[in-house]
Amino acid sequence: MAAAPSTYELVRRTPPLLYRWLGDRIFAVLVTLFGLTVMGLAISLAVVLFWEGSEAIKTFGFWGFLIGTTWDPALTLTFGTFPFLIGTVVTSVAALALSFFPALAVAIFSAEYAPRWLSHIIDALVDLIAAVPSVVVGIWGIFVLAPWLRDHFYLPLYMWAAESRPELLPIIGSPMGYGMTTAVIVLALMIVPFTAALSRDAIRLVPKAQREACWALGATRWEVIRMAVLPYARSGIVAGAILSFGRAIGETMAVAMLIGNKNTLPFDLFGPAATMPSVIINEFREAVENLHLSSLMAIGFYLFLISLIVNLLAAYIQRKMMVAGGRSA
Amino acid sequence: MHNQESTAAGRHAETAPAATDIRMETRKLSVFYGDTAGVNDVSLSMYNKKITALIGPSGCGKTTFLRSLNRMHDLTRGARVTGQALLDGSDIYAPKVDPVTVRRRVGMVFQKPTPFPTMSIYDNVVAGLKLVGIRNRAVLDEVAEKALRGAALWDEVKDRLKAPGGGISGGQQQRLSIARALAVEPEVLLMDEPTSSLDPQSTIRIEELMSELKKQVTIVIVTHNMQQASRISDYTAFFYVGDLVEFNPTAKMFTNPNQKRTEEYITGRFG
Amino acid sequence: MTAFNGNTTKTGSAALATPVLSLGRRYWRDRLMLGLLASSTILVLVPLFIVIAYVVVQGIGALNWDFFTQELGSPTRAHTGQPTGLVHTIIGTLVVDSMALIIAVPLGIGAGVMLAEYPDHRLNPLLRLLNDTLNGMPAILKGMLAFALIVKPMGTFSGLAGAVALTFVMLPIIARATESALDIIPWSIREAGLALGLPRWRVILSTIIPAAKVGLVTGILIAFARAAGEAAPLLFTSFGNNYLPSRWTGWLFGPVDTLPQRLYSLAISPYKQWHEMGWAAGIVLLVMVILLFITARVTVRRA
Repeated sequence: MAAAPSTYELVRRTPPLLYRWLGDRIFAVLVTLFGLTVMGLAISLAVVLFWEGSEAIKTFGFWGFLIGTTWDPALTLTFGTFPFLIGTVVTSVAALALSFFPALAVAIFSAEYAPRWLSHIIDALVDLIAAVPSVVVGIWGIFVLAPWLRDHFYLPLYMWAAESRPELLPIIGSPMGYGMTTAVIVLALMIVPFTAALSRDAIRLVPKAQREACWALGATRWEVIRMAVLPYARSGIVAGAILSFGRAIGETMAVAMLIGNKNTLPFDLFGPAATMPSVIINEFREAVENLHLSSLMAIGFYLFLISLIVNLLAAYIQRKMMVAGGRSA
Repeated sequence: MHNQESTAAGRHAETAPAATDIRMETRKLSVFYGDTAGVNDVSLSMYNKKITALIGPSGCGKTTFLRSLNRMHDLTRGARVTGQALLDGSDIYAPKVDPVTVRRRVGMVFQKPTPFPTMSIYDNVVAGLKLVGIRNRAVLDEVAEKALRGAALWDEVKDRLKAPGGGISGGQQQRLSIARALAVEPEVLLMDEPTSSLDPQSTIRIEELMSELKKQVTIVIVTHNMQQASRISDYTAFFYVGDLVEFNPTAKMFTNPNQKRTEEYITGRFG
Repeated sequence: MTAFNGNTTKTGSAALATPVLSLGRRYWRDRLMLGLLASSTILVLVPLFIVIAYVVVQGIGALNWDFFTQELGSPTRAHTGQPTGLVHTIIGTLVVDSMALIIAVPLGIGAGVMLAEYPDHRLNPLLRLLNDTLNGMPAILKGMLAFALIVKPMGTFSGLAGAVALTFVMLPIIARATESALDIIPWSIREAGLALGLPRWRVILSTIIPAAKVGLVTGILIAFARAAGEAAPLLFTSFGNNYLPSRWTGWLFGPVDTLPQRLYSLAISPYKQWHEMGWAAGIVLLVMVILLFITARVTVRRA
């Protein structure tokens, strides 16, 4: 048996390859592979959707598919996504308009007015709303909100219009409870936490010095918010609103459960409509014709493009409106 | 600690001008953060149209003391002020006194320039006036020009009043902050190390400006730069771990201080 | 008031002395805004409690022993009062979600490590952009991608496809969370490890990642909670199933039921008994998501 190596020899021994350049090389390659996988996924999302939808896009044309107003999977097999595009844009814009100021109010209240314990609670609850699954909101919408809106809001208004302003009926539309307005309300509810959380983060990033400078001018709390805080945080707030808009565009389940699913224009105020995600959810599992499936995939591709534009726009605005200067030179 | 205060008060009684010249005065003012005192029982007089410099090693409470003079501590969670701070003889911490009004009479300029970056130079200057609802263009124009002239910035920016307030140099930004504070015509101007983030050239401009300004307002300045204190101030107060160690006319303070610790600090043996 | 310039004209000082807006009105405005902001906050938070309360009240009745032990079967079962439940759904959810987690965690952490530990990597700006793009995409598109990549070649809906779809949901969240968790660790700690003669990979694995553990765990929990509530990516990947699979391989290679997708199917079904089970499924889903969420919050607080 060989003598055991001395401590000195042990310490000076050349470490195994893994502990020299080879280990680091392998690790770097591995990590890069993981990174490439993520990148590959993002790219393949676009490529695959385009590829799968290419039959529809080829048949109806890139713009033709987008602005085609007929969606007929049963008889003529004609597909155009315009009604869903309109449905998506209108519901998302309306939901953002409905939720923006309440969400901003929550952010301001939590960041500026509420004592610390209360703002912790508010922040946690806001995050909790964001965590409630879409389908749970959906089932509540189907069995509680929609019937309630129908009985206390849509029907009375419809009755009133039928009696005294019949010319309004086509605008109001069917008051059955499942339709555009219900979807918008639920959508607004669901994007509030995103707008609120992103605005709150933007407000919290406003330097203390800006606030104090305004206080020192003899401003009240609200004046400090209006004069120093909101202008400084505007890029984050606007970018947050756009990101929330992006969320609204992609929100699927609750909308599909509540919007009533009507595939033809025109849509009216209370009556059923459809959005791009909702039509995919409703028809994907039943699509038997190749062209039908391809058309749904193509809708997915356009949805990808719209989401991409919205996300890039948010990033651009964040940068563009970012407050330059104001810090010490 | 109590002793300290009474000796300090006694000391400036000998050298002080007539009491009617006191613009602002604290009596046994303490500031607590939670349970720890950041400023201990400080009694100090700030004379009308003079510059009072507050010096001391960092963490000695001089900025904390300064911020108690326009109730900025109201905004800090867990901060509490006891004692009195008299402005023209009435306590700004008295029950019914409104902090917003106090801050209009006692303006403040901070360590770093704080122009509102989304506003133009012009809008920055008149920000304090717009708060109280003054929208009359002629009035605003007049005040803006006067304040900018007062802050020795007018000639440099008069051709680009609509340019963003964050787009000028650091020294100009600081003078803009001063102009904004001056526009509401405060009686006292608090300055918290106003030149510490500026280059020597800009520092000199601000110092010149201060000696010009003291013809109109009472200035209290915190500085960590003893040369600056000796150059510009009429009175100097030396703070050490929350206590006011010595208060004297600047000339005396820098040539023949009463306290050993003051001398040690001024000669650079600690701090 | 002291004028600081000799030639003050009358208009100026007069205007300053008598402000247009009195202090009282300014404070009134401040209080009005406080009132508006506070009531908006309540308005926004109230629906949360309404939704939770409804789900609990409506679903608690259906949350019995059968619910956790029986499979759903055909609608007649519920009609005729035979025992029916969602045991296959609960198991399916656990199987699909944990499979997704197993795939997503190493990939996501790996990508996050690339972003944080190799800051000079030439691909990083692109990776960050694409990761954010993936994160911003509607979950339904990720389901369509998994459909095209897994379901179509395999020729069948499967739990595996569902897991892959959820992986796409989790992955960008985990990668981002990993990056920010690692970014907080100061470089000096890395340098200390490297100075000992340890290779970089060893420093990252035994020093940096343990130091960033809290951030990583929180990110993973949040990603998991997000994915666990998603129904859209599962509808055409794991598809759904009214029965327990006959063999264990069915969980992987056959259609599998999951809670969000089952909740959707129950809610839009025409059967009253199924609606009740839908509410009950809502309770289970909510409890699951809220527990994950609270765990994530508590982990952060502890740190």
